[in-house]
Amino acid sequence: MSRYLGKTRERPDVADKATGRTEYIHDVVRPGMLYGAIRFSEHAHARIARIDTSAAERMPGVRAVITADNTPQVRLGFLRDNVALKGGKVRQFRDEVAAVAAIDPDIAAEAAAAIVVEYEPLPGVFDPIEALADGAPLVHEVDPRGRPVTSNLLPVHFRHVSGDVDAARAASAHVVAGEYSTPLIQQTCMGTAGCIAEFDLQHNLTMWAKTQIPFLAQRDFVGALSQMGYEGRNARVIVPALGGGFGTGLDTHCYEYIAILLADATGKPVKMLYDRDQEFAYLSPRQSSTVRIEQGCDAQGRLTFRHVHVVQDNGAYGSWGATYPSVMLIPATSLYRVSNIHFDCELVYTNNTYAQAMRGYGNPELTWALESNLDDLAGLAGVDPLDLRLLNCNEPDVTTPMGLKVTTCGLRECLTNTAQRLDWRAERPKGGDVVRGVGMASLMHVGGSGRIYRSDAAGVILRLDDFGNLYVLSGGVEMGQGFHSSLQIVAAESVGVTPERIFINQTDTSTCPWDVGTHASRGAFTACNALLMAADKLRAKIFDAAVELYAGLVDRNLEALFRRDPTVAPPDFDWRALIAADAFELVDDALFLRERPDVPWLRVPLSKLVRAAHFRDGGGAMFTVEAFYDPPSELPDWERGVGNMSACYTFGTQGVEVEVDRETGEVRILKMVSVLDVGKVINPQALRGQTLGALAQGVGYALYEQVITHEGRVLNPSFMDYKIPTAIEMDFPIELEFLETDEPAGPYGVKGIGEPGLTPTAPAIANAIADATGVRVHDLPITPEKLLAALAANEEEAT
Amino acid sequence: MDLRFQLNGHEVSCSLVGSELLLDVLRRSLGVLGPKEGCGKGECGACTVLVDGRPFNACLLPAAEVHGRAVTTVEGLAPAPGELSPVQRAFVEAGGIQCGFCSPGMILASRALLDRVPDPTDREIREALIGNLCRCTGYSQIIESVQRAAELRREGDS
Repeated sequence: MSRYLGKTRERPDVADKATGRTEYIHDVVRPGMLYGAIRFSEHAHARIARIDTSAAERMPGVRAVITADNTPQVRLGFLRDNVALKGGKVRQFRDEVAAVAAIDPDIAAEAAAAIVVEYEPLPGVFDPIEALADGAPLVHEVDPRGRPVTSNLLPVHFRHVSGDVDAARAASAHVVAGEYSTPLIQQTCMGTAGCIAEFDLQHNLTMWAKTQIPFLAQRDFVGALSQMGYEGRNARVIVPALGGGFGTGLDTHCYEYIAILLADATGKPVKMLYDRDQEFAYLSPRQSSTVRIEQGCDAQGRLTFRHVHVVQDNGAYGSWGATYPSVMLIPATSLYRVSNIHFDCELVYTNNTYAQAMRGYGNPELTWALESNLDDLAGLAGVDPLDLRLLNCNEPDVTTPMGLKVTTCGLRECLTNTAQRLDWRAERPKGGDVVRGVGMASLMHVGGSGRIYRSDAAGVILRLDDFGNLYVLSGGVEMGQGFHSSLQIVAAESVGVTPERIFINQTDTSTCPWDVGTHASRGAFTACNALLMAADKLRAKIFDAAVELYAGLVDRNLEALFRRDPTVAPPDFDWRALIAADAFELVDDALFLRERPDVPWLRVPLSKLVRAAHFRDGGGAMFTVEAFYDPPSELPDWERGVGNMSACYTFGTQGVEVEVDRETGEVRILKMVSVLDVGKVINPQALRGQTLGALAQGVGYALYEQVITHEGRVLNPSFMDYKIPTAIEMDFPIELEFLETDEPAGPYGVKGIGEPGLTPTAPAIANAIADATGVRVHDLPITPEKLLAALAANEEEAT
Repeated sequence: MDLRFQLNGHEVSCSLVGSELLLDVLRRSLGVLGPKEGCGKGECGACTVLVDGRPFNACLLPAAEVHGRAVTTVEGLAPAPGELSPVQRAFVEAGGIQCGFCSPGMILASRALLDRVPDPTDREIREALIGNLCRCTGYSQIIESVQRAAELRREGDS
């Protein structure tokens, strides 16, 4: 019987947020702090002929103006193909060519604008297919080591082949091929990007960073320090409240290294902050992609093969986003049962803005294609799309062609419950201008973290103070998703301390233990597993101390009892004989003997025991323990696309009923259903908020969002021109259901759930539109214009 | 110009040298950090403050406009130190807060709505919050928070 797990509890971070007390990077001020501003390129591809910084340098209040010419080169990026300040040439509109530090943000911005840069424009390449053609301009002429390159392909390789696709295709009763594309979209964290860089006199760096990977960031920044000549110096990363992450914190960014260079040049802390226009134009969005997929089935609808080819427009530099295909491999090889598979991908440099991670990490792109195409296959085979999915449904305890070891799997129930909640088999009006339809799509994602780095670990330190307060130190990041609530609830449940006495420390690499980062839906899964290990150690330490100290504390209880009421009868059993390390229990700050939980004088406050141990004559003790959890998973062989990259897998199905106006192309969502196999619920309200938020992002991806570019320039850098769902767009009933499959690898059965909630949303909506109208839009977002064009093309075909 | 106005119930004054916006005066000159800058163009509502009880985007409002008027930020809602106002309490209890960056603006816009319409419908809440963007919650628990706030305010009246 759980005391806290699975029960809605106010999140520990929200009262401060409701009162304006929470400190975001925007709010952090350091003594003597200067403000940085960056001068960005005005060309997508050009040689830098001349930079004249003299006017900026003369402006009052300016403390430093830096370019590639007067600073050390700081190389960065997943592929080391990027530098903080560009010299020689620019490869995208947002390339950083100079930067300023000044006493005031307005002066900094004016000074950056006063820098004169002359360019010699070069022909650019903005389409990944054109970028692969012979003779296309090269975005990078040389690789990071200076060796000449001959193509715009990124040097990353993800591939999977199993079975015999050609034979399976030939033997299939039905085959459908299609091409499905997704746009660049912006994560649009409400809190824009920013950082503060500050050096001490020994050239150790402290960074206040809006990051999801404090420890990999530390490693990146230490690398920058050595490139700057400060070999062996430390970089400390402090993470203020994030204001949203959604993948933007998975890489370190040029603006951070520029802040470091400015702080070095001035000897002062330097804050760099993007405004919203800059966030849209200069912060890396989600990759755009084109997925060509072909699937076949037999006469009954059993899947026979799946052939997938992905082209991703990477933009000008590589980020961790260049590993999207690592996650695309999961649905491509393992969503539904299919044995003959081909997956390959091409990631292409262009002169577009370079892309980075966003929630879902390749899975929404691939699932969009797979699940859209699957409905077309069902249509061709004359099988109901629900039945086709049920027929090919994933099951528990199966190893997939990629080698993913599926343990728990609630997909069959997700499908049937979604269908039931949508009244799937009901007839919907199809005649007239306004038509209705239903659609569904499923997802499979890493649920037990995702190993794309050699360590996939998370550390936790637990520390009791001598008042019985418990401090949880984690290297993970609360970005708004409720991570701290998970830590609080699991700590209360596992250690036996009341939630009010649990404090989650600010994430800081100088105090918190290593964690690979908060991504891949791994925060709660990994940190709570580490926390459970630490809780065992802490309780063992407490109970060991209690063997010696408990009797004395109970004696004091008894003395106090007799003092208050001399008529009380003495204990009628030999409680001292019960004392042993394994005889104790700790619940809600009280230590007692498990066999006699109801005897009041046998209950000792944890704080008293801790103090007794702490101040014991002849050497006291502290109660600080650490644990390091690395999930039982494998780093896959990416070129073969084989390896069990997660300790378990999350499944789910989303369904939607839509109404489409055939005259205007407008889509109205009447109802959405989301049934997710979450393993176990920690905090129902927090989980509901996180998954409803994901669903809204899925709706935006499906219907509204696109960063529009022309020859590499972002044309819609504002919320006026880049539409995210408001409360009005989300005005439809949503039914959420959490299936608890009690995953053995998960802490208390929990699976990761951060990203799954948006993964199948777009294809579910597209499938409902196709059911309503008979036409399919292959290119996200499904705007009224595209839908009208598809309807017109369909009518033309029919006549 | 010598700007004087009431901020969260207290008289404040500061000098304006140009056409500073209220958000900059609050955040930079007065150190009031509850109002957030999410866009600087009146598109996201994170900087919403109340001026004489009505919601405004502080990032668009010239500070001179509030001369002699009463400005309320999220810091000024609590009835007493250490307490939460009914709207704040409702957002905390009903799960209307995730990353929290939009929350001060959401809470103030909701407060203004409830002052005008004590028992709003779901649709009225959504329409009142159309200028307040949130990327974390999908809005459902925000709408429920406002409904809960309406209940708490009614209970407080009785």
